[in-house]
Amino acid sequence: MRGRRALSLYAALVYLFLYAPIAILVVFSFNRSRQTAVWEGWTTEWYRSLAQNDLLLAALKNSLIVGGVATLIATVLGTLVALALGRHTFRGEGFTRQLLYLPVIIPEIVLGAALVTFFGALAFRLSLLTVVIAHVVFCVSYVAIVVRARLAGFDRSLEEAALDLGARPVQTFVRVTLPLLAPGIVAGALLSFTISIDDYVITSFVAGVGSTTLPLQIYSMLKVGVTPEVNAVSTLILAVTVVLIAVAQRLQRPPAERGEAP
Amino acid sequence: MTPGDGRERRDRAGALLALPTWATLGVFFLLPLAILFVVSFARRDTYGGLKPIGDLGAYLASGKFLEHYARSLHPIYLKIFWRSLWMAIVTTLVCLVVSFPAAYYIAVVAPARRRSLLLGLVVVPFWTSFLIRTYAWMFILRTEGLVNHALIAAGLVHRPLELLYNDFSVLIGLIYGELPFMILPLYASLEKLDRSLLEASADLGAPRAATFLRVTVPMTMPGIVAGVVLVFVPSLGQFIVSDLLGGAKSILAGNLIQNQFAVARNKPFGAAVAFELTAAVLLLLWAYARYTRRRGEDVLL
Repeated sequence: MRGRRALSLYAALVYLFLYAPIAILVVFSFNRSRQTAVWEGWTTEWYRSLAQNDLLLAALKNSLIVGGVATLIATVLGTLVALALGRHTFRGEGFTRQLLYLPVIIPEIVLGAALVTFFGALAFRLSLLTVVIAHVVFCVSYVAIVVRARLAGFDRSLEEAALDLGARPVQTFVRVTLPLLAPGIVAGALLSFTISIDDYVITSFVAGVGSTTLPLQIYSMLKVGVTPEVNAVSTLILAVTVVLIAVAQRLQRPPAERGEAP
Repeated sequence: MTPGDGRERRDRAGALLALPTWATLGVFFLLPLAILFVVSFARRDTYGGLKPIGDLGAYLASGKFLEHYARSLHPIYLKIFWRSLWMAIVTTLVCLVVSFPAAYYIAVVAPARRRSLLLGLVVVPFWTSFLIRTYAWMFILRTEGLVNHALIAAGLVHRPLELLYNDFSVLIGLIYGELPFMILPLYASLEKLDRSLLEASADLGAPRAATFLRVTVPMTMPGIVAGVVLVFVPSLGQFIVSDLLGGAKSILAGNLIQNQFAVARNKPFGAAVAFELTAAVLLLLWAYARYTRRRGEDVLL
């Protein structure tokens, strides 16, 4: 059918639009020319010079600390609240749902402005701690949404069977619910980590001296000028993101689907 | 299903499990928003701090507390809001028109075995750093960038074109950044589309355009609306794209807010604009919530 072929050609163009800019970035991170638009042969020089860029390494360290700590806290909070929403009925359920959507929905710039004003009002010094707090605020929702979806996706009868067979509620939770929920929790944590290490807008408000994260450092490099080092560090971040997202995607699929051949 | 099926009746455990999140978001999310709201009515002092207010009654009576909201109605700022609005509208429309056939292809036309790969290829940019994806365009469009280099090499132009730092480059960045956020909800809706209805419509002699407009579009309306919300809301509050690709000339509402906090040190004014933006977003979402309640279907979140 002609319509079909036209449509698949069109879809190919959309994918080209989505990926060509990223691909160009990746390819040119291996370009020998410093001028960056002219191809002068392959090199890994820029990756090696990254390893010597102390500012960038310090920012990377900050990003990993913030991403790790914020994700850990957000994952615990998000999992608990997802269990509350998925397995219990309680006063304030509707409010809890709305409370979780708000940080996702409110423009980032507003959240950043609110947090910096809040920390200022409390005379709280901006540091890695304030960055972690800000990241927890916007990561909790993502974890809760992913875990909640997982919870809705599996059969409650397994838990009921365990209870009927005499398992105590805590036993049931640890031996039945938690293992079933684990892929959702891990997927939520991976997404949370991804968003955390990618965030620029909110972090730019709440980061203080010495708590520059990787996106902040890249941004200030960009403001000075495009260099091949920026391409190299972008490529590395892209690679890490793709791996994290691919794993999270796989974990989020329903169990039956995951066993299938690709 | 019976009401409350498979769930315990109202219990304390639920509230207990939600408590840490309530506490965290209460203190570090709702409270900061409340403080920002109060600050939007305050006065700033010369050093960028807040001026103490001696007589609250007199201050309120004087109407000065609305000073920043009044200031935001000045033509200079109205122009910025207008720019933000039309850029968000154009971005949303272009994303919708570009995404629909692509989402249709993934959901309906593509072979089933390739569907998850095609979908995954949309999900990756969805989660990938907005900053890096914006930078990619900076790299391509700048004066010494790839496009200019190619144009000069091909002899089409003699001097590099100014492709960056204008409305066009900001729109490209916005569309590029937001596209996955439109494709995914459209896909979710199209995937559920009952194809026998399309066949029925064709069998009954409807031309393809009529089937599309009167069956496909109405049935995928929840996905369209969700996509519009997901693209329009972040576009309205954009900061990175306009800052990197727009330069100083194309300021949007997001840049205006950021500027008040980082450069101009006029927090009350920044707070007032932030709340105007929030109000616009919440109004839109309220309309969206009403819509989904009526349709009984929610593809967003």
